[in-house]
Amino acid sequence: MTDRTRIALLLAPALLLLGGLFLSGLGLTLLRSFRYFPALGLTEPDLGAYAAILTSPGFLRSLGLSLWIASASTVLAAILALVAALLLRQSFPGRALISFLVQLNLTIPHVVGAIGILYLLSQSGAFARLAHAAGLIAGPADFPVLVNDPFAIGIILLYVWKEVPFIALILLANLQTLGEDHESVARSLGATRWQAFRHVLLPMLAPGLAAASALVFAFAFGAYEVPLILGQHAPKALPVLAWQAWTDTDLATRPEAMAMSIVIAAIGLALLALVARAVRQGGE
Amino acid sequence: MMRPDPRRADRLRLLAGLALAGTLILPLVPLALWSVAQGWRFPHLLPQAWSGRAWAHALDPASGVLESLALTTLIALATTFIAALVGVPAGRALGLYRFRGKGIVTLLLLAPAVLPAIAVVFGLHGVFLRLGLTGTVAGVILAHLVPVLPYMTLVMAAVFARLDPELEAQARTLGATPFQTFRCVTLPAILPGLMTAGLFAFLVSWSQYLLTLAIGGGKVQTLPLLMFSFSSAGRNDITGAIALIYILPGLLVLILTARQVTGRGAALTQGLRP
Repeated sequence: MTDRTRIALLLAPALLLLGGLFLSGLGLTLLRSFRYFPALGLTEPDLGAYAAILTSPGFLRSLGLSLWIASASTVLAAILALVAALLLRQSFPGRALISFLVQLNLTIPHVVGAIGILYLLSQSGAFARLAHAAGLIAGPADFPVLVNDPFAIGIILLYVWKEVPFIALILLANLQTLGEDHESVARSLGATRWQAFRHVLLPMLAPGLAAASALVFAFAFGAYEVPLILGQHAPKALPVLAWQAWTDTDLATRPEAMAMSIVIAAIGLALLALVARAVRQGGE
Repeated sequence: MMRPDPRRADRLRLLAGLALAGTLILPLVPLALWSVAQGWRFPHLLPQAWSGRAWAHALDPASGVLESLALTTLIALATTFIAALVGVPAGRALGLYRFRGKGIVTLLLLAPAVLPAIAVVFGLHGVFLRLGLTGTVAGVILAHLVPVLPYMTLVMAAVFARLDPELEAQARTLGATPFQTFRCVTLPAILPGLMTAGLFAFLVSWSQYLLTLAIGGGKVQTLPLLMFSFSSAGRNDITGAIALIYILPGLLVLILTARQVTGRGAALTQGLRP
C-alpha cells in the first residue's frame, strides 16, 4: 500500500462523515438563504432574503448589538486574561488551588454560568440583596438593571467570566514554552520591568493572544443560549433573532433566518481568517 | 532603589489570586444555595429555611431529571465513541504524514470547530428532516459530531505528531503483525492522549445546547434543556440542583486529567475551546 492510499483510507471516514454533516448543513442553509425552497414553491434563487434583512432596522439593531457584545467581551477578557496569566506564572502559596479553579471554570457549560449570573445580578438577585443589607437600596427596583438590559452588561460579564480562563490558559501554555530567558536578558540590558513586558514579552505573546481572542469573538458573536437567558426582549442578539425567524409560524421568514445564520458564519470566518493570516505573517 | 519585600509580594499575589478564584466560583454560589433553599425572598441574604426538597425532586425517578441525566450521558458517550473511531485514524494521517491537500483537510476540520452551531443547524435540520432523523436520539448524536469530531481529530493529530513512527517500523521488522503492532506499540503510546481527548470530547457533547434543541425538536430533553425549562418556570431550587449535577462530569474530568493539565499538557492546550 502506498502512503497516498494509506492517507486516503485513514482520512476517508472522518471526511465523509464531517463533510456529509457540516457541508450539507452549511450548503442547505446557503441554498435556502438564496430563497431556493421548492417545498414552499420557491424555485428561482435570488438575493431577496439578504435584501430584506439588510434593509430591516430590526436586523441591523441586532447585528449592532451582537457586534457590541462580542467586541466588548473580547477586549475585556483579553486584558484580564493577560493579567491573570502573568499572575499565575509566578509561584506563590495557594497557586495550585487557584489554577485548579481557573481550569474548573473552563469545564462549566455556558448555560450554567448564564443562569448563575442571572441569580447574582438580577434586581432581586444576590448582589441586590447585599446592596439592600448595606442600606444602599430600598427595594429591587432601585438596583441597576444589569441583566436583560439594553447594554447587554449581563451577557458581557458572563463571557468575560467564562473566557478569561480560556485565554489565560492559552497564554500560560505559551509562557511555559517561552521560558523567562528573553525577559531576563532585556532586564540585564537595563530595561525596566514595564519595558521588558511591553517590548519583549507582549510581542511574543501577541500571536497566541490574537488567535484566542478571535475564537472568543466568534463564539460570543454566534452563541445562542447566553443571550437567550441574559438578553433583553428587543433588540435581541443576532443568533436569538435568527432562531426566532426560523421558528416563526410564517414559513416565509425561513430564508431570512438562513441568511442571518450565513451572515453570522461569514463574519466569524472572516475574522478568523484575518487573524490566521496576521499570525502567519508575523511568524515569518 | 528599595527592593520589595518578597513575602509582601507573595501576599499580594495570593490576594489577587484569591480575588480571581472567588470571581470564578461566584456564579455557582447562588445556584448551590437555591438547591437547598425553601423560600428565599428578597431581601433575605440567606434562604429563610433549608430543605432537601429540590434534591429529592431531582433524584426522584418520576421527575425525569435522572432520565435526562442518563440520556445526556448516553448521547455524550456515543458521540465520543464514534468520534474516536473515526477521528483517531484521521488524526494519524494528519499527525504523521505530509501530503498534498493537507491544508484543505485541516481547514475543513477547523471550520466546524470554530464556527458557531447556528451557522449550520438550520440547514442540518433540513437534511435530517428528509432522513427522518429529527426528533431522534440518533439525529442528536450525529449533530453533536459536527463540533466533537473535529475536536477529537485535531487533538489526536497533535498526539500522533509526538509519536515516533520508528517504533512501529521496528516492531514490524521484528515480525509483529499490523494488529499486534497497533495493540502493543501504537495504542500504549497514544492511550494517555486518547483518554484526555475522549474526556474533553465528552464534555463538548455534554455542553451542547442549540444543536440538541434544534435537531431534537423538544423530544430529546438533555440536562441543559431541562434546566432551562425549570429556570424559565421560576423553579430556581430545582434549577440549582440540576446545575450542580450538570457540572459534576467537568469536575471529574478535571480531577482525572489534573496532572496532564498542569504539566505541559499539549493535548488540552491545543484542543481548548471557548
